[in-house]
Amino acid sequence: MRKLLTGMMICLLAAGASYGADDVIKIGFFNCLTGQNAFGGQLELEGAELAHAEIPEVLGKKIELIVVDNKSDKVEAANAVTRLIDRDKVNAIIGTYGSSLAIAGGEVAETAGIPVMGTSCTNPLVTLHKRFYFRACFIDPFQGSGAATYAIRSLGFKKAAILTDVANDYSVGLSSFFKQAFSKLGGQVVSEMRYQSGDQDFTAQLTEIISKKPDIVFLPAYFSEGAIILKQAKELGATFRFMGGDAMDNPEVVTLGGEAVEGFMHTTFAYDPSMKDMNPVAQNFTEKWKKAHPNKDPNVNAALGYDAYILIADAIRRAGSADPAHIRDALEQTKDVPTVTGITTMNATHDAEKELGIVEIRNGKKLFIGTIKPEV
Amino acid sequence: MTLNMFVQHTVNALGLGSLYGLIAIGYTMVYGILRLINFAHGDIFMLGAYFVFFTTIQFKLPWELGVAIAILGATICGLLVDRIAYRPLRSAPRISALISAIGVSFFLENLATVVFTGMPRAVVQPPWLMRPILLGEVRLVPLGIMVPVISFVLVALLLWIVYKTKPGLAMRSISFDIETTRLMGVSVDKIIALTFALGSALAALAGIMWALRYPRVEPFMGVFPGFKAFIAAVFGGIGSIPGAMVGGVILGFVEIMSIAFFPTLSGYKDAFAFILLIIILLVRPTGLMGEKLEEKI
Repeated sequence: MRKLLTGMMICLLAAGASYGADDVIKIGFFNCLTGQNAFGGQLELEGAELAHAEIPEVLGKKIELIVVDNKSDKVEAANAVTRLIDRDKVNAIIGTYGSSLAIAGGEVAETAGIPVMGTSCTNPLVTLHKRFYFRACFIDPFQGSGAATYAIRSLGFKKAAILTDVANDYSVGLSSFFKQAFSKLGGQVVSEMRYQSGDQDFTAQLTEIISKKPDIVFLPAYFSEGAIILKQAKELGATFRFMGGDAMDNPEVVTLGGEAVEGFMHTTFAYDPSMKDMNPVAQNFTEKWKKAHPNKDPNVNAALGYDAYILIADAIRRAGSADPAHIRDALEQTKDVPTVTGITTMNATHDAEKELGIVEIRNGKKLFIGTIKPEV
Repeated sequence: MTLNMFVQHTVNALGLGSLYGLIAIGYTMVYGILRLINFAHGDIFMLGAYFVFFTTIQFKLPWELGVAIAILGATICGLLVDRIAYRPLRSAPRISALISAIGVSFFLENLATVVFTGMPRAVVQPPWLMRPILLGEVRLVPLGIMVPVISFVLVALLLWIVYKTKPGLAMRSISFDIETTRLMGVSVDKIIALTFALGSALAALAGIMWALRYPRVEPFMGVFPGFKAFIAAVFGGIGSIPGAMVGGVILGFVEIMSIAFFPTLSGYKDAFAFILLIIILLVRPTGLMGEKLEEKI
């Protein structure tokens, strides 16, 4: 039995070694194309496809983009990465929306030694102690403390409430970093309420929060739940402002929430089609997107899908080879690469360092109000 | 907690609880007659909500018509499910039908994902249903009053059907002894089909109400409410129609009040519901209003 297994391993390794000789470079793409987070995943795919159309080859070899759905499910995410590595023999991988999915898939890629460029997975755990996981986005502590900084310094708010999804790593992380920073900057957290993904009735939590009369409620929810929460808050007569994270960055939030999302703010990446002074990469991206999808606005997910692809292609070019280990080393050296969401540099923890943007919904449209540097 | 807040929580709880009850009565009806836990109930509920979305938003039909089409459509789906997945297993062990029900549930969820895509979509709420009414500092919306009223009327209607009409008599007879009922000249399959039609219509109605209350449809929207309604049905005594309604309302109260009284534990309201369920099952194994065990023999 052991001999048979060893034989199989050798065959696998031989097959694995052979891909370097191919004329195509395979980039795997795993993301939520169906399920709870399908919205974000679809947009990221469309962004990556746009970049693929623009950079179809590198080092004189054609790039093939292999797309796999992780169904917004942790187990499926690990399966998707396994499939990309074992069956499709990819050189590098892009993905995914949803930190818990990235963590599940990341373990597989780490063991196999295939570099991954995360799109919008912002939880610190995604790249923690990982040699092969990178990401095109910043991380939650940065975002949570940016939201707190903005609420206190720019809006002058003193009393905040927090509504967290306890079943979601992203939400829990953001809330705790917001709380830390808000207290440090002299604010007071008057109420901390919780719910679980999949809940649809939030009236009890909102009634409690309303009774504590906060100036602002921090709501690091996913957009479809967030929109429903805002709607119920309005029904219950809430007059305070709400602020969320980048998971609320979806044009559909207005369709789902209607008037209730008016005045809602969230932190996000420094890109939005409504922003005034765009960098040239962002300008190019926006124009190309409008040509490809005339009826749909791009958002940060689309931008990050695009950026992740650019960063991988750039690393392959600099590595001068499609060997996964070389791509990894080149990714680590990424410095000052212009991307849609700003100038990207990989720091020691494999996280992109860039500016934080603030968006507000006014008259049913997302409006980019500016960028901010978190103080804590 | 101030009195105002308590009243507000009560209003919220009644709204949520009667929705659970509305789903649970469909569950409990099928169980009461067939001894089958119809796990596809939550998915028929989802289909009902989607039909309303498509008729009113995609095809721009008026609301009344959309609701009628949704109920009709879901009823047909329910009949198909019975014909394809349950009827061939009528004389098989009960566990086979249960597994078939779970299979149907997964099938419908995945079918919906393929057909409607996995993306959540917004449902338009008619404004008059959502205009808040202020009673002092307590707020409620017309929909919040409508749901309990509709639920209680439906319970009364169902009780009338089951206890005062001929098909109802046949239903109760089937629940006692399916073979003897057949020998008495009752068309058992037709009566069971009628039960499924009623159950599915109720599921669709609940789906519509749910989609109006929480205005978003997605393929997996039936999973959690279906689960909760199942708990509510067991709670109230599975098989008992008034029991399902009472169970639903109590579950709503447990969920809302656990958050109201223990805000720090607000992420774990489901745990409270389960603890109560366990206590009920320990004290009264057949649920609050369930039949006594001895009579079943």
